[in-house]
Amino acid sequence: MKLVEKYPLGSVVVLLPLWIALYAVLQQMADALVLVTGLPQGERLTEAVRFFVYEVPKVLLLLTLVVFVVGIVRSYFSPERTCAMLGGKSLFAGNVLASLLGIVTPFCSCSAVPLFIGFVETGIPLGVTFSFLIAAPMINEIAVVLLFGLFGWQTALLYVTTGLVIAITAGFVIGKLKVERFVEDWVYEIHSNNPGMQETAPVFRDRIQSGYSAVSDIVGKVWPYLLVGIGVGAGIHGYVPENFMAGLMGKSAWWSVPVAVLIGVPLYSNAAGIIPIVQALLAKGASLGTALAFMMSVIGLSLPETIILRKVLKLPLIFIFVGVVAVGIIIVGYLFNIVY
Amino acid sequence: MKVKVLGSGCSKCKALEQKVRQLDEAHQLHLEIEKVTDLKEIMKYGILMTPGLVVDGALKSYGNIPKDEQLLQWFKDERL
Repeated sequence: MKLVEKYPLGSVVVLLPLWIALYAVLQQMADALVLVTGLPQGERLTEAVRFFVYEVPKVLLLLTLVVFVVGIVRSYFSPERTCAMLGGKSLFAGNVLASLLGIVTPFCSCSAVPLFIGFVETGIPLGVTFSFLIAAPMINEIAVVLLFGLFGWQTALLYVTTGLVIAITAGFVIGKLKVERFVEDWVYEIHSNNPGMQETAPVFRDRIQSGYSAVSDIVGKVWPYLLVGIGVGAGIHGYVPENFMAGLMGKSAWWSVPVAVLIGVPLYSNAAGIIPIVQALLAKGASLGTALAFMMSVIGLSLPETIILRKVLKLPLIFIFVGVVAVGIIIVGYLFNIVY
Repeated sequence: MKVKVLGSGCSKCKALEQKVRQLDEAHQLHLEIEKVTDLKEIMKYGILMTPGLVVDGALKSYGNIPKDEQLLQWFKDERL
């Protein structure tokens, strides 16, 4: 770690080929590992173990690389810049831009409140602010990596696109509802003295550094979720009979989409924990729309975040926020069940 | 010297507070450390990301956890 800190550029040159080499031999390594354990071929346990020892290193490798790249990209986007870019934008254009910036601006749910107040102070319309607050947690690099790793790029792209559409429309709808009076009064009374801190433009070395710290930060935090998620996924793969989920989460069950969202909203997990489980459910006959709706409601709407937002939003607006996003997710779920 | 850690309880805010306290102890800085959790108070400093670090009334950083050397420099500079 010290070496990496000292030679950020050099370490990339060394580590990247190593990454590629590792990724190339994953399948062989997993097969070899399964062979070593001496488990009988074709048994349920063997298949579950094989799934686990292949998916865990694969997803970890992908995650490390993407988090690293995203860490570098994010060093170009500060919340201040996002705030400045969104100021004075009209409603629809603002919603689109805010949703896109939600993907790349550094964000954690504990910063939701300061960010919200900063947006309000800058005079950014509420609807635009909500587009940002919806896109930021829902479309994150972890979700994209897992979808790409477990399903392929089509599904990852699908998720990002539908997430954007939901963030844009939900923000637009909330903007049209004239909900300003449901923001806590003290938010409007705040007049912060601008920090006026000199923002020195980082050199590229520093940006690579922020890529590394993003990796140790994020990968260090999510790996236990990932292990549990892939573990449960492996169990479902090995033991749940084929088509078991078809009746519960299949297309024919029309009620499955709203029920999946209802269950998903209060559930709190990050993408790392939920997506491997969703993948296993899909493999057992759940339909794509239902699974997508479940996943989006777990990742995009979370109880902790709404509790934090309650400090700046009155209860009716909390319900409007959750309601509009949930309806958006349900529509997307049905849409995919019809199309596929 | 008064040091304020601004943060409403996220993991990074706790980490920063802990780090400041450790440095204070290890280097005998005798800082007056205060953890500010009240949002209205935090927002007076106009930060968009937590945690924020305020040294003798001046905002030094926010949104990240500064490195040890950087923190020490701030704590020692102000004293001169």
